Amino acid sequence: MTEASAAVRLRLQGIRKVYPGVVANDDIDLSVSAGEIHAVLGENGAGKSTLMKMIYGVSRPSAGEIHWEGRRVDIASPAQARALGIGMVFQHFSLFETLTVTENVALALPDKPALDELASRIEAVSARYGLPVDPRRHVHALSVGERQRVEIIRCLLQDPKLLIMDEPTSVLTPPAVRKLFDTLRQLAAEGCSILYISHKLDEIQALCHTATVLRGGRVSGHCRPAEETPQSMARLMIGGELPVCEHSPADGRGELRLRLAGLSHASADPFGTDLRDIHLDVHAGEIVGIAGVSGNGQQELLQAISGEETIAEKFPVQICGVEAGRLNAARRRRLGLCFVPEERLGRGAVPSMSLADNAVLTAARNAALVRGGFLAYTRARRFASECIERFNVRCGGPQAVARSLSGGNLQKFIIGREILQTPRLLVCAQPTWGVDVGAAAFIRQAIIDLRNRGCAVLVISEELDELFEICDRIAVLAKGRLSPVRPIGETSIEDIGVWMSGMWPGAEGSGGEDDRAAA
Amino acid sequence: MDAALFSSILFATVVAGTPLIIVALGLLVSERAGVLNLGAEGMMAMGAVAAFAVTHSTGNPWLGVLAGLTAGMGTALIHGVLCLSLQANQVAAGLAVAIFGVGLSAFVGKPFESVALPAVPPIRIPFIADIPLIGEALYNQQALVYFSWALFWAVLWFLARSRAGLVLRAVGEAPASAHAIGYPVILIRYLAVLFGGAMAGIGGAFLSVFYTPMWMEGMVAGRGWIALALVVFATWRPLRVMVGAYLFGGVMITQLFIQGSGLQIDFPAQFLSSLPYWATIVVLVLISRNPNAIRLNSPASLGKPFRPEQ
Repeated sequence: MTEASAAVRLRLQGIRKVYPGVVANDDIDLSVSAGEIHAVLGENGAGKSTLMKMIYGVSRPSAGEIHWEGRRVDIASPAQARALGIGMVFQHFSLFETLTVTENVALALPDKPALDELASRIEAVSARYGLPVDPRRHVHALSVGERQRVEIIRCLLQDPKLLIMDEPTSVLTPPAVRKLFDTLRQLAAEGCSILYISHKLDEIQALCHTATVLRGGRVSGHCRPAEETPQSMARLMIGGELPVCEHSPADGRGELRLRLAGLSHASADPFGTDLRDIHLDVHAGEIVGIAGVSGNGQQELLQAISGEETIAEKFPVQICGVEAGRLNAARRRRLGLCFVPEERLGRGAVPSMSLADNAVLTAARNAALVRGGFLAYTRARRFASECIERFNVRCGGPQAVARSLSGGNLQKFIIGREILQTPRLLVCAQPTWGVDVGAAAFIRQAIIDLRNRGCAVLVISEELDELFEICDRIAVLAKGRLSPVRPIGETSIEDIGVWMSGMWPGAEGSGGEDDRAAA
Repeated sequence: MDAALFSSILFATVVAGTPLIIVALGLLVSERAGVLNLGAEGMMAMGAVAAFAVTHSTGNPWLGVLAGLTAGMGTALIHGVLCLSLQANQVAAGLAVAIFGVGLSAFVGKPFESVALPAVPPIRIPFIADIPLIGEALYNQQALVYFSWALFWAVLWFLARSRAGLVLRAVGEAPASAHAIGYPVILIRYLAVLFGGAMAGIGGAFLSVFYTPMWMEGMVAGRGWIALALVVFATWRPLRVMVGAYLFGGVMITQLFIQGSGLQIDFPAQFLSSLPYWATIVVLVLISRNPNAIRLNSPASLGKPFRPEQ
């Protein structure tokens, strides 16, 4: 990089943003040159998203200056930001569920293309950058991973001069991440500047030229990731050492807690993936991980296990020895199943309700928060308080509204709420999605501790590093089929990465078939 | 049934359905942008009285329609300011506008009660009006009937094919996302509400100038509410709004014919009078029960206030 000589594209000077009662950003300086990939690193609540929203014109700074290509600008709206050449891939997707992929992309393009022509442009970009997605599908039928691809494609179609990427790799397979990095490097080589927000230190080291680290709304340091160690960057970010999980091998298998005996189930969603003949055993005292890119049957499998979707026969889902296929979610919870869904807001918690009320929703029975049909408010508050304390949830107390918590803190609360019910079987989907390093390590440790106390745990995640850190055995879900389950010591991230495209030994059509996960 | 009776029932059905179509399509556009407008009844009443007053004093029914359109928009603007600029609760504001419009129209219309307007002659479309059985009923109609058909195609095209319609649907689906990619959510919602008001005003004008050329307090007679219900039961789809409106009109007219014919029937008259309401709802619920289709067509942010982030 020759950013010393290259033109400075974006420069922030003394940016401050005050919300009622909170200083979200204070005195932030940052500069990005043409062709530079600049990391913005920080924990949840450090003010990264607030800062990006101001650059993209969604909100306006309370004080400070933004200079764009040497000229002071006042970015009043996202439209103006896009006119300047700024594109953004949001962490919380800004897609319209009832519209098709093409329509979603069309909405963000200023040149008002014909939809048919746009669909072929989308296909071209999606093939070129390895972001497979069908432009005719409706967004509500897409998985989280597919939605993010739509967001990325939408930005790339605008030929931006500055691309803001907010945690872009959290839902991609390792080969897809490598492809995305190639794309970003190519874009940078063509002169595009990239602001890359991530908490994955290894990715930042592999990709970014420079980095700005935020802590508590202020800049805690500027650095060159290539010259740093993950430990030194983590110290800038969290002000302490990088937490490490303690994971001892499982000591022998306990009793069988979850058995999937040839589970086949047609998806309720016309665009979903049907589950085909899935066999899996999870025993007490072990963590079994299911890897795979979302959209390969993850939602369907979770719904079939949690009871959100009941199935035609009893035997394919056995929970703690009971054939539970036809039982609804509440009945399955009574068997000792606890469940952490993928969507924190809307499925894991009701956004507008307090933490205490949210606790009642799943823990009413197991923690006796309801008595004789009446809510036991004091007990519910006490339960929520205990959860907040033990799981280190930073919030305004048990009466805080779920929506007001940052993603990591809400996830700690939801996981804590389930763990405090002393489950016999815990099923977690994407336990640390969009969660910062500190909270992620905390959540992983909590799951490991739960296993050590004899609970059976099933984790469905797209993050291979995470699965390899906490699991005892691992399998891959691809195209609605489950691979063989391997002990973690007998496989590797590379092998599982290959399996994620549906090609495991003995898989149907392994080798030949075109696949969506690895493409 | 003889041909003349069929023709006159069909004619009356089309006339009865027309104000519902115009009003419901306007409401549909407003709701697709995410604004629930329960004030339709009041906007229709204001449109009806304004149209009547202007037609009566100028003698020109088209100036009357224009006045009705303006009055409807003006009433809708109140709703817009309350809900969009002041972020009031849309249900409460809509109910207030409905009561306000009905009340104000009665007050303004006092001098015009018991005054009659000359009937506006229908427009006969050459050749196709000669088609036997249906020609006279469908193609020798008031201009606003043809307008309602044009409006149907326009709304259909606007929502499904135009970019502006796409933006409007996006705003109704996820206003925060639309704001994030740079669309002026509040402005778009204002335009949608004003369009809904304009159509409600025209619907009112149709009642007081063309349908029964007179003004009477309470003459809108709940049609604004029926139009609102039609939009919901038609799951926000224009074709179903059209089907529902004509179904309602058809059952209404048929039961009036039966009641007026002096036929000896065992049903109580009240049952017959209630028939159009529940028949329409039952039919629309039956044809619109596909959950996927409902999800694709119902505006997710309907009734929720939106405040752009500062």
